Amino acid sequence: MYILSVCGMGFGTSLMLLMDIQSMAKDHGYTVEGEATDLGSAKGKSCDLIVASSEIAASLTDEEVPVVAIDNLLDKDEIKEKVLPLIERLSKEG
Amino acid sequence: MTLLKEKAVKLDVELDNAVEAIRLSGELLVETGCATEEYTQAMIDGYKRVGPYIVIAPGIAIPHSRPDNGTLQSGFSLIRLKQPIPFGHEKNDPVKLVCAISGVGDNGHIEMLQKIAMVLGDKDKFNKIMHAKDYDELSKIITI
Repeated sequence: MYILSVCGMGFGTSLMLLMDIQSMAKDHGYTVEGEATDLGSAKGKSCDLIVASSEIAASLTDEEVPVVAIDNLLDKDEIKEKVLPLIERLSKEG
Repeated sequence: MTLLKEKAVKLDVELDNAVEAIRLSGELLVETGCATEEYTQAMIDGYKRVGPYIVIAPGIAIPHSRPDNGTLQSGFSLIRLKQPIPFGHEKNDPVKLVCAISGVGDNGHIEMLQKIAMVLGDKDKFNKIMHAKDYDELSKIITI
């Protein structure tokens, strides 16, 4: 499974977000690959799932994969509640 | 021992807008030898170009840029605003706390982000920071 994490600049909060997702996924037995990127580069990149800070997610409207919007990037519970169900579903679909 | 230096802290400051707050947070990094003036400008330019991406949680802005934009050593500054300021973030406005970070090395800014996230993501610590009387109290809460 390949996740794209997106923030304003693509080097700070998106990387932190990706690491949080990977660590959370690992705790639940899933291996997640991914990359952190900025909004401009995110469009058209191939992936299974996009996770973005909420103000960025609002601009990602015509994606073919699910887009998860995170309001509070410091809240690991919010990240888990929103992202883990999708990781579980995508894993089942293979 | 904390990475937060006394001169990098301003409590209950009155500022008018987001750019002023980012500028002051950068100036505090410059004054404490953590970054150059170019770094402050890079943070302001980033905000103007991309918007309120630095408001990563309710009430909290973390201005930052890449280490190669002028950081000198790892550190961060802390501004507690007397009057909260809107940064233009739909969910997390208005901002009450501004912490600019500087990291060194390829991933230094990520390490600093993670460290600051550990502290500010802890609701109990965040509340204590919002009510701390002075630097001494803060330095006991922020132990990174």
